[in-house]
Amino acid sequence: MTDMRKSKVGLDFEKVEHARGVAKKIAGQVQDFVEGYTTVAVERTICRLLGIDGIDENEVPLPNVVVDELKSKGVLGQGVCFFMGNAILETGKTPQEVAEAIVAGKLDITQMPVHKPEEIKKALQPFIDNSIDRIRNRRKRREHYIETIGEGSKPYLYIIVATGNIYEDVVQAQAGARQGADIIAVIRTTGQSLLDYVPYGATTEGFGGTFATQENFRIMRKALDEVGEEVGRYIRLCNYCSGLCMPEIAAMGALEGLDVMLNDALYGILFRDINMQRTLIDQYFSRIINGFAGVIINTGEDNYLTTADAYEEAHTVLASDFINEQLAFAAGLPEEQMGLGHAFEMDPMLTNGFLYELAQAQMLREIFPNAPLKYMPPTKFMTGNIFRGHIQDALFNVIGQWTHQGLQLLGMPTEAIHTPFMSDRYLSIENAKYIFNNMRDIGEEVEFKEGGIIRQRAQQVLNNATELLEKMETEGLFSALEKGIFADVKRPKNGGKGLSGVTLKADNYLNPFVEIMKGKK
Amino acid sequence: MSEGLYSMEAKDFDKTLDLTKIKPYGDTMNDGKVQLSFTLPVQEGDEATEAAKQLLKKMGFENPLVVYSHELTKGFTFFNCYGSLTHTVDYTSIHVPKVESSKMDMHECDEYIREHIGRKIVIVGASTGTDAHTVGIDAIMNMKGYAGHYGLERYDMIDAYNLGSQVPNEDFIAKGIELHADALIVSQTVTQKDVHIKNLTELVEMLEAEGLRDKIILICGGPRISHELAKELGYDAGFGMNTFADDEASYIAEEMVKRGVQNFGL
Repeated sequence: MTDMRKSKVGLDFEKVEHARGVAKKIAGQVQDFVEGYTTVAVERTICRLLGIDGIDENEVPLPNVVVDELKSKGVLGQGVCFFMGNAILETGKTPQEVAEAIVAGKLDITQMPVHKPEEIKKALQPFIDNSIDRIRNRRKRREHYIETIGEGSKPYLYIIVATGNIYEDVVQAQAGARQGADIIAVIRTTGQSLLDYVPYGATTEGFGGTFATQENFRIMRKALDEVGEEVGRYIRLCNYCSGLCMPEIAAMGALEGLDVMLNDALYGILFRDINMQRTLIDQYFSRIINGFAGVIINTGEDNYLTTADAYEEAHTVLASDFINEQLAFAAGLPEEQMGLGHAFEMDPMLTNGFLYELAQAQMLREIFPNAPLKYMPPTKFMTGNIFRGHIQDALFNVIGQWTHQGLQLLGMPTEAIHTPFMSDRYLSIENAKYIFNNMRDIGEEVEFKEGGIIRQRAQQVLNNATELLEKMETEGLFSALEKGIFADVKRPKNGGKGLSGVTLKADNYLNPFVEIMKGKK
Repeated sequence: MSEGLYSMEAKDFDKTLDLTKIKPYGDTMNDGKVQLSFTLPVQEGDEATEAAKQLLKKMGFENPLVVYSHELTKGFTFFNCYGSLTHTVDYTSIHVPKVESSKMDMHECDEYIREHIGRKIVIVGASTGTDAHTVGIDAIMNMKGYAGHYGLERYDMIDAYNLGSQVPNEDFIAKGIELHADALIVSQTVTQKDVHIKNLTELVEMLEAEGLRDKIILICGGPRISHELAKELGYDAGFGMNTFADDEASYIAEEMVKRGVQNFGL
């Protein structure tokens, strides 16, 4: 069957579908592995979704207390649901009360009489329904806002706030929304990705960012709803579903109405040295939750090019986008929620670099037509020369509008100097709005020369990505990561952080959320 | 208040360059012209503009000029300003501590090591503490390097090990011992609230406590690092903006020779 889509860069869509098929097989191998395992993070997520929250006197979150208890007794593989179900049936307590009893040392949930799976499910059902309803209502609330007050047009303007203090972040975020931002990302404090717990409560201290906590999510959601009503545009909230607490943060975001989450299948492995088994298992449940909550995920391919060469390694971005797409499909996440990442990251001194960037952005747009692609500015080449940096960001904005990117992560002239000032955001938003309006329909007006630089570049990147995917299919994703195929970074299968939190599922294991959320019931 | 209160043109100044009294240059020697922008936490209006001008005067500017103002959000106004600076500095009396080494390119450096050291140098690098940024250490270590300067991994006479980011100081030292490092390179990108100072100091203290400090060359680098700061914290050298792998390689090689090659290696 011939594909009737028309490509502006001369892509052969049969080749595209071939590459997609190869990626599907690679993802399939990963999925076979993932489904046999659980992790401490997955189990803590289940605790949260059963309504367990709060901290003990040492500020250890209760989900950690419960999961650590199971882990220390060597029974984590049976899963939280099994023990919690039995505990509810035996004691008549809620999961929160059970967790509090564990904290007080008054209850050993591993020593309860075992009930039948149906009885366990029935006992858990009210608590499951409670969070499922809450997440569903959050989603409806977002949809209602978009229907009534509306939203910005694409590319959505995405800016960051990163003061370290959630209350100061609110001031910055509301100012950004008034200036025209559509998405506010609260950058996390450096190092949070390596914490094997989620801090609790409102926080006012952080380094290079603000702690992701459920209370901070709530505070910012409320602030954005206020300003959204004021400016007549729904303002999306973004945070980071990555690191050692990937699915937990997905659950907290789903419960509090976040709209966008950084949620890459490979990023933590490559850039945070998190164990690959741990990340791949965690990403699966996190994406199931994000899919169900209507959250747009952002993948991190743009970062590959900060360590590898953007011209020579462009095909690794496309290859990873294909894999991320297939892993997301496996978790039931629809295309419309896949903010696949890529970046404007070639050396600004490269002759015709703009043409190559344009070719790649157009290529990605056509290969993933329904995905709200996330496009990132030239961070690696911000030098402290704020004047040139502002122009680099302008060229990036031109391509974003031209090729209809979904989420435009706005560059700041002062990048590489400090976290943005209020005025930096204003200058960047003004830059983007000027270009988006002034060049609005350029993508529909301009065609690319047959056999020219742009068409050739796009075709070449697709061919190289396909070759790489074929190599990886033979190799397997784990082995490819060990050999450093992505971003020039090599990671051992049994190395990195968080491996001790991975465990095989045992006979009594159950996680009813997977079925409910994937079924979107 | 009106612009007329300020003299827009002050031309009656000495236009000869005097290095003991330099000031910024716009288009005429000693015009002192400076452009700056800032935000004040007040609403836009004549009072806000006047406040900006008064601040410029307090900073030492004559003829303060607010050329643009815009209310960023309610109660915050952004200004673009110009003025003529009255302050000067004596350029002839300035002394800045610098890394003292000749700068060799990769081939010259390999040759120098072959000739004067006669074995490969082992260099271990990492972005330590909670710092998640790999950009700096990658630019120095990775084969490809940065801005046309090859990274240390490409040097024939250097065994370079890049441990990546978020490496705890104890792991960094342990790895240095395991690999018999001659030099340790620490990259620090995040400097908010001086988190880098604490982390850099801790590494020096740990090395000293274990009696290892004299057996290695200890270097730190990053956009906010100066040689002066590095020395102050107990490092042998510091490399800031616009320094590359060849700067560090040349320094390490020459310093090893200077201090006696036999004394090195953990």
